[in-house]
Amino acid sequence: MIEIEKATKVFGTGDTAFMALSNVDVTIAANEFFTLLGPSGCGKTTLLRLIAGFEPPTMGSISLAGKDISRLPPSQRPVNTVFQNYALFPHMSVAQNIAFGLEMLKKPKAEIRSTVDEMLRLVQMEELKNRRTSEISGGQQQRVALARALAPHPEVLLLDEPLSALDFKLRKEMQIELKRLQNETGITFVFVTHDQEEALTMSDRIAVMNAGKILQVGSPRDIYERPSERFVANFVGESNFLNAELSGSEVTLAVGGRFAVSAPNGVEDGKVSVLVRPEHISVRAGGSGENELTATIETIVYSGESTSIHLRLANGEAIRARMANEPQGAGGLPAEGGQVAVIIAPCAITVLRD
Amino acid sequence: MVEYQTYAPGELEAEARASDYKSRWLLSLPAILIIIFAAAGPLMVMVVYSFLAPGDYGNVKWEFSLEGWMNTVIQRDIFDDTLVWADAHLSIFWRSLSLSLLTTVATLVFGLPTAWYIATQPSGKRELLLYLVTVPFWANLLVRTIAIQELIRTEGVINLVLLKVGFINEPIQMMFTNFAIGFGMTYVYLPLMVLPIYAAVDKLDFRLVEAAHDLYASRWTAFRRVILPLIKPGIIAGSILVFIPSLGAYVTPRVLGGGKNLMFGNLIELQFGQGRNWPLGAALSLMLMAAVMVALIWYVRVTSREQADG
Amino acid sequence: MADFLKPSNGYSVRTLPGFAVLAVFTIFVLYAPIMILVAYSFNYGTSLAIWEGFSLRWYKQAAGNQAVQDAAIRSLFLAVTAATVATIAATMAAIATTRTRRFPGRTMIYALINQPLMVPEIVTAVALLIVFAAIKVWTGHTSMIYLIVAHTAFCIPFAYLPIRARLETMDMSLETAARDLYASRWLVFRRVTLPLMWPGIVAGLMLAFVISLDDVVITEFVKSAGQETLPTFMLGQLRRVVTPEVNAISSVILFAGAILVALFFRLTNRRG
Repeated sequence: MIEIEKATKVFGTGDTAFMALSNVDVTIAANEFFTLLGPSGCGKTTLLRLIAGFEPPTMGSISLAGKDISRLPPSQRPVNTVFQNYALFPHMSVAQNIAFGLEMLKKPKAEIRSTVDEMLRLVQMEELKNRRTSEISGGQQQRVALARALAPHPEVLLLDEPLSALDFKLRKEMQIELKRLQNETGITFVFVTHDQEEALTMSDRIAVMNAGKILQVGSPRDIYERPSERFVANFVGESNFLNAELSGSEVTLAVGGRFAVSAPNGVEDGKVSVLVRPEHISVRAGGSGENELTATIETIVYSGESTSIHLRLANGEAIRARMANEPQGAGGLPAEGGQVAVIIAPCAITVLRD
Repeated sequence: MVEYQTYAPGELEAEARASDYKSRWLLSLPAILIIIFAAAGPLMVMVVYSFLAPGDYGNVKWEFSLEGWMNTVIQRDIFDDTLVWADAHLSIFWRSLSLSLLTTVATLVFGLPTAWYIATQPSGKRELLLYLVTVPFWANLLVRTIAIQELIRTEGVINLVLLKVGFINEPIQMMFTNFAIGFGMTYVYLPLMVLPIYAAVDKLDFRLVEAAHDLYASRWTAFRRVILPLIKPGIIAGSILVFIPSLGAYVTPRVLGGGKNLMFGNLIELQFGQGRNWPLGAALSLMLMAAVMVALIWYVRVTSREQADG
Repeated sequence: MADFLKPSNGYSVRTLPGFAVLAVFTIFVLYAPIMILVAYSFNYGTSLAIWEGFSLRWYKQAAGNQAVQDAAIRSLFLAVTAATVATIAATMAAIATTRTRRFPGRTMIYALINQPLMVPEIVTAVALLIVFAAIKVWTGHTSMIYLIVAHTAFCIPFAYLPIRARLETMDMSLETAARDLYASRWLVFRRVTLPLMWPGIVAGLMLAFVISLDDVVITEFVKSAGQETLPTFMLGQLRRVVTPEVNAISSVILFAGAILVALFFRLTNRRG
């Protein structure tokens, strides 16, 4: 549906030149909820603006449904944007904002009216139809921005960190809302965020970006469980990195213990880094058994539904375990400083490409 | 035993505040006194003078008279002593009003694109352009008017060029016409329109314009539906800044209009020169002030309405 | 798909069709008359039609003209005096009226200080003419004092604005810290407030100076016989034939103004 080929974007010239995007290749399917995920400055917003047409690519091309749109101005692309700050027209009412795109497309008045009403219903803003946009709350503004961008029935909807200004609860609600809307309308959503949890919850596929490059594209599960490299592993979810030796389909941890793995392409036998997620590590008081590790507890951090246990392994490497909390009174852990056995779940180890 | 002084609630605060106010008033006093003596006060005196009788050689006779005020719009026919409309005055009022309005429109037509262009340049170029536009403004009004004179007089640059090129055979008379005054005022007051509009464009959130384009608006429609409403305060401010001085212009009409095309300011001056009718001059000045007040009140009402609309 | 596709021609929401052309044209037209004026002040001949070679003769003639010298000196004297007094008064008023919550009468003080800006110059000029004429008759006194007072009055708001702007950007915590460290009110002012305000004060002084130097209308009406300033002298000259001498004087005034404005910009844009 959307094909981006070798897209490069450089801002400025000479000494102050900054490469925001470097040779980015990505294909986004129709009717997909696609997320661009990465830290600030990684280029995700730039890529979005490239698709929208606000910035021309320095090199490379963008096509939509087989047609090259690289040269088209935004007003000629069937792509609409939900801006991070909403960019609602302050001198127009909610209904007038929503109607704007349709008016520009010279749709007949009756159609405009009915579409606006339909949109208002979709985002549950019917009573605020004639309010000025400066008089409604942030969450409401966000929904109006959404309605405004959806009203012209674009082929692609771009969302630039639309939930970042909302409080926690509202955010969670809107995440479910957006997912539902995407399902209902069948429009391709391209969503930009730096919040990895948000990305994991909402997306069909995620592209993890850093420093102007796409590092990995995959389903949320793929990204989380099979990160291709260290940065991705670190950025999405909590990570433990351990040194190990790979031979065939087995790794031997530097600290001891052998585990079965499937190594990703391009990784050769020898020294590697492996990833283990904290939730796949558990801890038990007492001595360690077969294929279990020994460690000293350094810190215990309680956080409601789980507890994070910072451990120091026998060879000096540090890892964290995360265990769900039992109701009070059931079992316990040694205090800080105590020695425990560390159990890594089978198939929990992922070999990383460096 | 330590004696504590008891204060009534709020007493200390009130004391501190009172002494604060006093010192603020004292500090402001020099400025206030100077302005009262040499700006605000004389206006009051002028009101009094407008109700006196004209002296024989200028100045006034200290007796009450409504002649000054009446003569602003009415005059006695020299032949049969009846009261008729002072046509000369009325045409001068009309000229002042229409030329001021035309000047305002002209400065808007040329000033808006200029302000927009400057505000959308990258920093560096923008400061340079702003400086360039401001310098003529601080250049002496008289110098700028003289510059225009050099352009449009019969041996001026425009005529010379046109004669040389062969467009015309005889020099066009541009000086001492209404056109000259209008052209001169537009030239002189242009920066006053540019600066407020520049400030408004500078504050414009361009993401709104991006949103408009994203929603399929053409450049012109985006300008009409989104940009223009949002920079309206700047346009209104600029219009007032041009209209008011135009109404009371004196130097430019005097130099470019000659003795025949008088504007309000020249008419007023006349009463203190050849006309020797100080009360009339005072009354006319007050009329001008009233017109300016009306414009200012309109301005305040429009801007507070704009703010209410958000 | 092309690999090295040329990007679309720098699409930007900031361009509007025709505006750039109109803008450049307007700026050009803004400068053209002035440039011509300056150019021909260097013309050896008197006619605009014929260029008779580069010459400074009109400048020399103007400089040698006694009337011009008198007028120039008078202008400068007036501007320096009026600007200085106005700046002092404006500084005091600015300190009194900024960085404070409302106090009774503050709006009235604002209104008074800005009053000269609200009234057309010709009206003020006439009002002053009337009042000063009466005083001149009473006292028989016709020195420059009337001009000085008149100029000071309309310079005050121009000095006030930059000073006030500067003051409002200043954080009061510095002065509070100084007081906490045992400084008296006067010392706080002298050692903390004043140095921080200084760029604003200088900007106000320069603005007032330029305004006074440029004034035509009020000076024309308030002056007594023989008290010509440069602008009023030039106005008088225009009644007769336009000599290139006036061009020369105008050019000098222009250059002086341009430099002063550049300085003013530097002062108001520098931070800290």
